[in-house]
Amino acid sequence: MWFAAPAATLFLAFWLLPMAGLALVGAEIKDGQSAYLTVLTRSQYWISLFNTVALSLAATLATLLLSLPVGRFLAWHRHFPGRRLLMSLLMFPLAFPGVVVGFLIILLAGRQGVIGALTKWLTGDPIVFAYGMGGLFLGYLYFSLPRCIGVIAAAAEQIDPSLLEAARTLGASPWRRFVDVELPALSPALIGAGAMSFATSMGAFGTAFTLATQIDVLPITIYNEFTNYANIPVAAALSIVLGLATWAVLYVAHSLAGARLGAAA
Amino acid sequence: MNASKTDTRLGLAVTLAVAAFLIGPVVLSVLAGLTKNYFVGLSSGLTLRWVEQVWSLYADTIWRSFAVALLTLAICTVVGVPAAWVLTLHRGRLARALEELLTLPVAVPGLASALALIVSWGTVRGLRGSIWFIVIGHVLFTLPFMVRAARASMQGADLATLDEAAATLGASRTQRFLQIVVPNAAPGIVTGALTVLTLSIGEFNLTWLLHTPLTKTLPVGLADSYASMRLEIASAYTLVFLLMLVPLLVGLQWLARGDRPARAASNRTLPS
Amino acid sequence: MTDPVAITLSRCAKTWPDGSRALEPIDLQVRGGETLALLGPSGCGKTTLLRLICGLEQADAGASIRFGDDEVSQLPPEARGVGVVFQSYALFPNMSVAQNVAYGLRVRDMPAAARDRRARELLALVRLDGFAERRIDQLSGGQRQRVALARALAIEPRVLLLDEPLTALDAKLREHLRVELAQMLRQLRVTTVIVTHDQDEAMMLGDRIAVMSAGHLEQVGTAEALYRAPASDFVAEFLGTLCRVRAGLRDGLLVPGDDALAFRPHEARLDAPRADALPARVLARFFLGGSVRYEIGLDDGQRFPVVAPAHSGHAAGDPVSVALAGPRPS
Repeated sequence: MWFAAPAATLFLAFWLLPMAGLALVGAEIKDGQSAYLTVLTRSQYWISLFNTVALSLAATLATLLLSLPVGRFLAWHRHFPGRRLLMSLLMFPLAFPGVVVGFLIILLAGRQGVIGALTKWLTGDPIVFAYGMGGLFLGYLYFSLPRCIGVIAAAAEQIDPSLLEAARTLGASPWRRFVDVELPALSPALIGAGAMSFATSMGAFGTAFTLATQIDVLPITIYNEFTNYANIPVAAALSIVLGLATWAVLYVAHSLAGARLGAAA
Repeated sequence: MNASKTDTRLGLAVTLAVAAFLIGPVVLSVLAGLTKNYFVGLSSGLTLRWVEQVWSLYADTIWRSFAVALLTLAICTVVGVPAAWVLTLHRGRLARALEELLTLPVAVPGLASALALIVSWGTVRGLRGSIWFIVIGHVLFTLPFMVRAARASMQGADLATLDEAAATLGASRTQRFLQIVVPNAAPGIVTGALTVLTLSIGEFNLTWLLHTPLTKTLPVGLADSYASMRLEIASAYTLVFLLMLVPLLVGLQWLARGDRPARAASNRTLPS
Repeated sequence: MTDPVAITLSRCAKTWPDGSRALEPIDLQVRGGETLALLGPSGCGKTTLLRLICGLEQADAGASIRFGDDEVSQLPPEARGVGVVFQSYALFPNMSVAQNVAYGLRVRDMPAAARDRRARELLALVRLDGFAERRIDQLSGGQRQRVALARALAIEPRVLLLDEPLTALDAKLREHLRVELAQMLRQLRVTTVIVTHDQDEAMMLGDRIAVMSAGHLEQVGTAEALYRAPASDFVAEFLGTLCRVRAGLRDGLLVPGDDALAFRPHEARLDAPRADALPARVLARFFLGGSVRYEIGLDDGQRFPVVAPAHSGHAAGDPVSVALAGPRPS
């Protein structure tokens, strides 16, 4: 049992206790009231929270909607020339930090981006949306897709083919088989992947930072409070709120879907 | 099981579109880093000039990232593998709780963890400005991945039973760990190692808050260059970063494929 | 149920994409209302043949599969009206027992009340009253098998197919369910095809048996016909045990000689040693309750089993002579 002591000590000293400390800092009085109170009552912070949640939710839904056909396609077609290459290409972005994703979005949709050049050539007016919510949305999509595709493909591969065959012999059309047999079987994976995407999007800092520090999402707000306004209690309070919210989402999804998410890439 | 034609066509179309979305910008970035002039395009010719400039400007960040990654790996291995062993042997509530706790730094946004570290340890002299501050952050973030990978290997190879056999033969706990457990958990440890390295090299959310001008890592340098350097240099810098990642990712993929035949064989049902 | 239909297979062959042959062209008729057992060792193609009948595999060009007068070889499984019980039962884990049984009816847009009623009827038929609301993972192996059967029967199939229905169960349960299943099938009078590798199962459940090996039919007939008059060595050895001995035969007595003899263990009789008989010895004796099984050895090293009535009293080590009685397979 002592083998776990170093890990436990490290964790205690450098995470658990500091986190507790941060929570306490959040309770410090600044401008006449505890930072938590400030955070929970000032509308600017609520807007920030709302933006973050709405964007993360939208991005997660879009990701799941796109990952489902891709995951199924990869699971049903396990042997075709170029499959390994295709999978590598799809999984490659998993390792990109948020900053790189932000940069790639700028290349795609920024002032000198491909989409801008294309639309300018087509219509004369360049479309540039990298530096606002649109760009952030794309960014969230970019780093969530590989993870979700991987989880869904793995889950789809595990589906017992005899269940689908049985449904066929009972007369079910392809659509019915999808709704009655496949989706229920995939739902743990969908919930898990969705929760993970949501949590990552909520806490995504690098992406937003690269795209523009003006975007009003919670991680940027926290950063601004800490660095620019040196308002540590508020930054601390916001971090704790963000941390709790993210952890709660993951916990609920985890218990809904069972601990089958296992090995991360 | 045959998928219907519409299924296949839709699936293929979406897959290719997603692949294009994911890889297209990467290709753009690589090209931008190697082209003489991005706005003129490829016709202006290829050059390594930007890469050279990146090296002269940011070589220290590249070396530092390597160093941080290796230090992180060392600590993760020494701390994580024994912890994984404990979690394999003990199924009690305490063990489960420890496991859940260890993954908290991953579930919680890096920003929060970094702030916590700064608030608690940022005033310790010598620590704040040293590379160790960053290493600690990285270890907290990557430890669960090493533990998980090692544990998967230990459970898959049923090392608990092997450990019991070794015990009946007279080996001490330390001997069993070093001579039986570690060698047999090697695939998982190696996978965990590659994962840790990959994550550490790419870590930004924690590092941005923890760094000082003297302890910049590669991702931090990247953020700088995106803000202040011209597109070609930023792209070349990104290219260097990607090149560092590729061997690690290839290694991970190769390992993942390696133990698939073993698992597939045990799952196959008998023919009739 | 409507009148039972006959299944007619003509020139049904199956070649895999990599070129290997699963089935040579097969012609087979299953009479309306009868139960045919497809019997054979692993890999002989019996499951492939079953999947051809229900449409989960496509036969090579030129094949014809008819249910009664309807040509179904071009129809997908959803449209053929076959009830299939899979080896793994394939029950839907996200639905209750009743929902599983009623699934085929739901897909046919039967109203919920009628569906529910029919599901309960069928559960009563397979003697699982009261299990309607249970979850699948709460069921034992035998219970799952019966739910799978109920589900297949719910759609009033023209043809019922069972893929190794009892293989996944333990021995005692298998014996018990064999009898139940045989009675139920006889009662239902649906044209049924059962795949099995167990000869006892085939003999108990099948009105007729089709023995298969390496992708083709060896022989089709009743259990008795196959046992008494096997058309080939394979059938003779697959159905029951066959003793092969090189010796002479004179007036039913085993004498020194070099003919190829083949007989069933219970067709041999042990007597006291005789001067003109081939010397044999009891190597081992196994008391099996209803009978005694001897392992008999000859001087030249040949060995074969002999099954005798329970009161038979030869002991291990006794010298004996062997006589053959009854008709012998060729």
